[in-house]
Amino acid sequence: MTDDHVYLHLSEASADPEGEARWAYGTGFADPLLGVDTSVPPGVDGADLAAYCLMLGDDALVLAQRLIEWCTRAPELEEEVALANLGLDLLGQARHLLTRAGQADGSGRSEDDLAYWREEHEFRNVRLVEAPNGDFAFSIARLLLFSTARHALYLRLSTHPDPVLAAIAARGAKELAYHHEYAVSWTLRLGDGTAHSAARMQAGLDAVWPLLEELFTPHAVELRLGVDPAGLREGVLAELAAVIGEACLTVPTTPPLARVGGRAGRDGVHTEALGPLLAEFQVLARAHPGATW
Amino acid sequence: MVTTRVSAWEVAAAVPDPELPMLTLADLGILAGVDQDGDAVTAWITPTYSGCPAVAEMAADVSGRLRAAGFGEVRVRLRLDPPWSTDLITEAGRRKLAEAGIAPPHTGARTAGPGLLRLGPTRHLVHCPNCGGADTEELSRFGSTACKALWRCRSCREPFDRIKEI
Repeated sequence: MTDDHVYLHLSEASADPEGEARWAYGTGFADPLLGVDTSVPPGVDGADLAAYCLMLGDDALVLAQRLIEWCTRAPELEEEVALANLGLDLLGQARHLLTRAGQADGSGRSEDDLAYWREEHEFRNVRLVEAPNGDFAFSIARLLLFSTARHALYLRLSTHPDPVLAAIAARGAKELAYHHEYAVSWTLRLGDGTAHSAARMQAGLDAVWPLLEELFTPHAVELRLGVDPAGLREGVLAELAAVIGEACLTVPTTPPLARVGGRAGRDGVHTEALGPLLAEFQVLARAHPGATW
Repeated sequence: MVTTRVSAWEVAAAVPDPELPMLTLADLGILAGVDQDGDAVTAWITPTYSGCPAVAEMAADVSGRLRAAGFGEVRVRLRLDPPWSTDLITEAGRRKLAEAGIAPPHTGARTAGPGLLRLGPTRHLVHCPNCGGADTEELSRFGSTACKALWRCRSCREPFDRIKEI
């Protein structure tokens, strides 16, 4: 017991009935809300809370997947590490939010059930996060929009009546502040760089801008829960305008991407980009249902 | 059967962190509390980052150590609120980090208030854990684990890890 080697602890823990703790799908990774009081507080509708956690969890999960696609492809090793770190934060947030969703709706579905066994139309993420990575500037532009809006949202949610969602948001806000800083620093560097880098960064912003509005468009679930995202619009737009101005770039005027019969990502209506992403993400779990190792 | 009267807190507090084994979970402020009632123990841990893959190992290690110390009924639970902060790292923990060549975080961590976030990079006076020099620079805010940034000392030219404030 005096040896501090981590792998000794792993083998030590493996003999322990509560120590079945491993890292990947099918390996019994501990519940991310282990021992947390998961009752839904009075005045909060469990089904609505679950639907909302699914929306935020799917945003985080899908963007995490996009970020890790940069592994082996980023312009510098440091950026690869950075983008993977951001993806890991979002994956962690997604695990907590999906777990909360499966508890709050009473279905008892686990994070793995929700991540690997839902179909494309059952995902509730905004279309912003599913767009293909494009070039580095597009990915940075997307990260700038997402991190600015999500940081503001998490700050608000940190006082939500559901203590589990509030705790997830409070911790997430600290992480998103780092994501935002990273996106801002690259926006400034590219925008206020060479003519070529500025043109690429502007093109990235122009291309991603139509996907911004969906983050502020309230869904009936959000209205019932009192978390109307429209209230974030003004502050987020002001902050984005300040960053874009500082980067010597122009706030895009490209119009929002049309909804389909009034529906979009929050209703399960996605672009053609989500299907292939999910196929790659889900293939292993589906090829070996219930597998453990 | 409890053979010695070592408290459950002492046992749990001595568990090393899986990623930073020179520090204990108590040094890092991850051990949020221990409730002991005779042979029954509930230990509470506060995970650091949302995606920290070491949480499951920590829980298993705390549980295993407590059982090995003779406690019969052991539960490990997560406490998410308040969220972990580098301000919870103890003085002893900061000293051990520096001794291991990892620059400790500043206290009085970041304020993630509403409104405009900082546009420029954060400037910290960070002393090199190897030579003590103050002429250091951040190479990358993201490093080998979620909690670390990569820095370099301009005096001794050595790179080093730094725990970043959160």
